[in-house]
Amino acid sequence: MATFSTNEFRSGLKIMLDGDPCAIVENEFVKPGKGQAFSRVKIRNLKTGRVIERTFKSGDTVEAADVMDVDMQYLYNDGEFWHFMLPDTFEQFAATEAAMSEAGIWLKGQEMCVVTLWNNVPLSISAPNFVELAVTETDPGVRGDTSGGGGKPATLETGAVVRVPLFINIGDVLKVDTRTGEYVSRAKA
Amino acid sequence: MLRTFFAARDVLEVDTPVLGTAGSTDPHLASFSAHYSGPGAPQGRTLYLQTSPEFAMKRLLAAGSGPIYQIGKAFRDGEAGRLHNPEFSLLEWYRPGFSYHELMDEVDVLLRTVLGVPPAERCTYHELLGVHAGVKSAAPRLQELRTACQRLGIVPPPVMEDDVDDWLTLLWTHAVEPRLGRSRPSFVYDYPATQAMLARVRSDDPPVAERFEVFVNGVELANGFQELADAAEQRRRFEADLTRRRARDAESVAMDERLLAALATGLPPCSGVALGVDRLVMLATATVSVEQVIAFPIGRA
Repeated sequence: MATFSTNEFRSGLKIMLDGDPCAIVENEFVKPGKGQAFSRVKIRNLKTGRVIERTFKSGDTVEAADVMDVDMQYLYNDGEFWHFMLPDTFEQFAATEAAMSEAGIWLKGQEMCVVTLWNNVPLSISAPNFVELAVTETDPGVRGDTSGGGGKPATLETGAVVRVPLFINIGDVLKVDTRTGEYVSRAKA
Repeated sequence: MLRTFFAARDVLEVDTPVLGTAGSTDPHLASFSAHYSGPGAPQGRTLYLQTSPEFAMKRLLAAGSGPIYQIGKAFRDGEAGRLHNPEFSLLEWYRPGFSYHELMDEVDVLLRTVLGVPPAERCTYHELLGVHAGVKSAAPRLQELRTACQRLGIVPPPVMEDDVDDWLTLLWTHAVEPRLGRSRPSFVYDYPATQAMLARVRSDDPPVAERFEVFVNGVELANGFQELADAAEQRRRFEADLTRRRARDAESVAMDERLLAALATGLPPCSGVALGVDRLVMLATATVSVEQVIAFPIGRA
């Protein structure tokens, strides 16, 4: 079993905590001039996304988590699982709805995603930062509105709903930032 | 600026060795060791990079130096982080005839001069532990400290020894320190006797160590003592330190017999304080990490 000592702690390090895989967000060395030294650590639980704070004595060790980020291509959703493929080996992985979290609403197929594997099973999925999707439903466009004041909701081909400027029409292809869920621009044809 | 401060007060600048025959016995300090071979040491011998100039400066005081200060490098193995670099600059000074409260007055003036901060406040360790950690007893027991951690949402490390001082340190660093010195510098004084280090212990009930620290913006900046002058008591503390080091599997170090001999000939009643210069510069420049004020921190040394 691989372990890390507090001297190896740095942000991004993947460790096991209470049976769950976690990533270190921030590590602070705390030591009074006279007294025990501690590592005070902010840790993200990779299953729940929650950030908690823990303290270790300097020199303590923790179990390493077998977690890695891999680029994979999204293939299809069979209703229960979302299927991804390693482009170089064609090896396929199935992600659960829980692992998909919010990522699923941006995917239509073929996109390259970052799949976080824990013990070789998809733990979480990050959609590409930007996706281009067509509008399937929105109120009619308003001529003359070029930049947008209020905006209106638009449904995209994957089912995702984003706020768009008033001039957007059904059939327009939009560039969307998946991290914020916000409209960026119309995609260049 | 610091040198002007001491020159104006007739405090003599001194320069003591960074390499010494003895290391620090403090169970929580690790000394770097170096190897000397050459004239006088045909078999070679181990020297330690000093964790502070305290022992050598006390030998000067015992020899009748009068008030002295030093700005120099100190070394502590294993310490690196936002507020730590294993090699750092320390300003240490001693004031024969000063009580530790009088020395706090002088530190206060120095901080006002260098940092332009308002006059400091003063509280005892016990008061602050009560205010910020809800620990009211004068001599808290383990169970009370465990309960306080739980109440404050501090998850203790997986393995904690049943050592009251370790638990106090956990509470202190997590719940108290970050809140100290926010609007003005904060002096903390009269520490638990078990954390006396090299300070004189006053036999109150419970006994307290005549020791102080000062915090600015949650940063521990200096530590001072009403200096222990009793050679026999100092030897007992060194021996207790070495016993604790063995219990913790920490490397054993030789106690400083030259310091003990100097104390036996007579250390004048005095107070002394050590102040982290890198942290002082960090606070003066409103930066958040000592790495920002050290040209080449350990990662690039």
